[in-house]
Amino acid sequence: MLTTDIILTWIHNFDKKISEKKDYLSELDTPIGDGDHGNNLARGAEAIEAALNKETPADATAALRAIAMALVSKVGGASGALYGTAFLEMAKTSRDTTKTADLLAAGLAGLQKRGGATTGEKTMIDVWAPVVIATKGGQLTQKIIDDAVAATKPMRATKGRASYVGDSSIGHLDPGAVSSGYLFTSLLEAGAAK
Amino acid sequence: MKKIMNDPKNIVAEMVEGMVRAYPQFVERLPETEALVRSNKSSMTGKVGLISGGGSGHEPTHAGFIGEGMLSAAVCGQVFTSPTPDQIYAAIKAADQGKGVFMVIKNYSGDVMNFDMAKDMADLDGIEVKSITVDDDIAVENSTFTQGRRGVAGTIFMHKVLGAAADQGASLTELETLAKKVLPNIKTIAVALSGATVPEVGKPGFTLADDELEYGVGIHGEPGYRKEKMRPSKDLVKELLGKLKAAFNYQAGDKFAVLVNGMGATPLMEQFVFMRDVLNQLEDEGVNVAFTKVGNYMTSSDMAGVSLTLFKLTDDSWLDNLNYPVNTIAWTQK
Repeated sequence: MLTTDIILTWIHNFDKKISEKKDYLSELDTPIGDGDHGNNLARGAEAIEAALNKETPADATAALRAIAMALVSKVGGASGALYGTAFLEMAKTSRDTTKTADLLAAGLAGLQKRGGATTGEKTMIDVWAPVVIATKGGQLTQKIIDDAVAATKPMRATKGRASYVGDSSIGHLDPGAVSSGYLFTSLLEAGAAK
Repeated sequence: MKKIMNDPKNIVAEMVEGMVRAYPQFVERLPETEALVRSNKSSMTGKVGLISGGGSGHEPTHAGFIGEGMLSAAVCGQVFTSPTPDQIYAAIKAADQGKGVFMVIKNYSGDVMNFDMAKDMADLDGIEVKSITVDDDIAVENSTFTQGRRGVAGTIFMHKVLGAAADQGASLTELETLAKKVLPNIKTIAVALSGATVPEVGKPGFTLADDELEYGVGIHGEPGYRKEKMRPSKDLVKELLGKLKAAFNYQAGDKFAVLVNGMGATPLMEQFVFMRDVLNQLEDEGVNVAFTKVGNYMTSSDMAGVSLTLFKLTDDSWLDNLNYPVNTIAWTQK
């Protein structure tokens, strides 16, 4: 269940992790991307905090929408569009259900529609997809998240900027997968994995 | 890193402010955005709006091409980062004169997604939007295993041809048809002598040895197809024109427009030498060069190097469009 309180705890945890790991995320992005994933997400995390401080959301839908709009309007690049779309789809679905698994599934569907990627292409989808499956079964664990993130390392990127380095993308973690890992670790910490 | 700036976080906002205050006759800033619109509003009346945008760091692209005969509005994203959909949407609204808006997008996953989201927003408002995604960089093969070819300096020719057509009253559908016809006739390839430094990152995206160059590098420092020792200009031209010749399969008598584009840190002197060598080789091959342009148009921050764009003029009206009057910060022609 994603109540308003849980969503706020979840996203505060995430924002904190992003600002702590900003340089690490940008470093991961340097060999296979353009070295700005950490900076871009940190700008989004700041914007989310500012938006939520300005106005306390009335319900889960309002909270998810505020997060989505902060990401969409402040991050830019592919990651802004993708994270923004995921939260926007969660916000839409939260009018009908607040079941964590259903919301995450809606977010994943949004990601797939916006980015056109599927599993195995070394993107954030490779973390979202197994997390959604595990959450549906009520058994998301840190190990599942860590394994999904680590699994992107031997993959060859076929979507986004990393696809230009081809085989050289093999052996690097995907930065979007790592930041998605932080998102789901934050969710576990907020006690909302069921 | 040595850069003339204040806080790197504010570099885009401060650049936009500088541009607007230096050139108020050309551009105005849309409130609370890093989107710019043409100052001369009456020149847009009754016409299809033409917008573009992308990450900053490629100046004068795109805002430097706002004005009569070219763009109606442009959006400046963070450095090397696609602009956000709300800002693109603001540019669409500012450009719309009731005839619809045409967007020129460079083929990067972030740009494509964000412009797509902005189009969705405009659809809700009943503004008709069409677009072309420019993918002129032949350094990358088109395949299902990559994002596809990148949009680079040839985008300027797309802006110019569409801008002239829009100014002459082309409809949204006519612009789309024209853009689709022009697209496969524009191809670009680059050579880099040094990497670019994103201000917020503080170090170059890639490094080359003092005596080393890299062919096929992208405008954000995407890796090229080969590194080798520094060579004379003529040899660079031979390599790059060889790639373009293979891509176009051009023959003696074919007619082209040629753009030699500086990547940011290469002096015009070197760009002119390079253009001379390009023109010599094309002349030797019997190619008819009908239009030339040299300068820093699609830069990559402080990267050193040049890109070479050929635009095959299979339709005479395209040359007319290139020569059509234009009045912008970076391209003026009477």
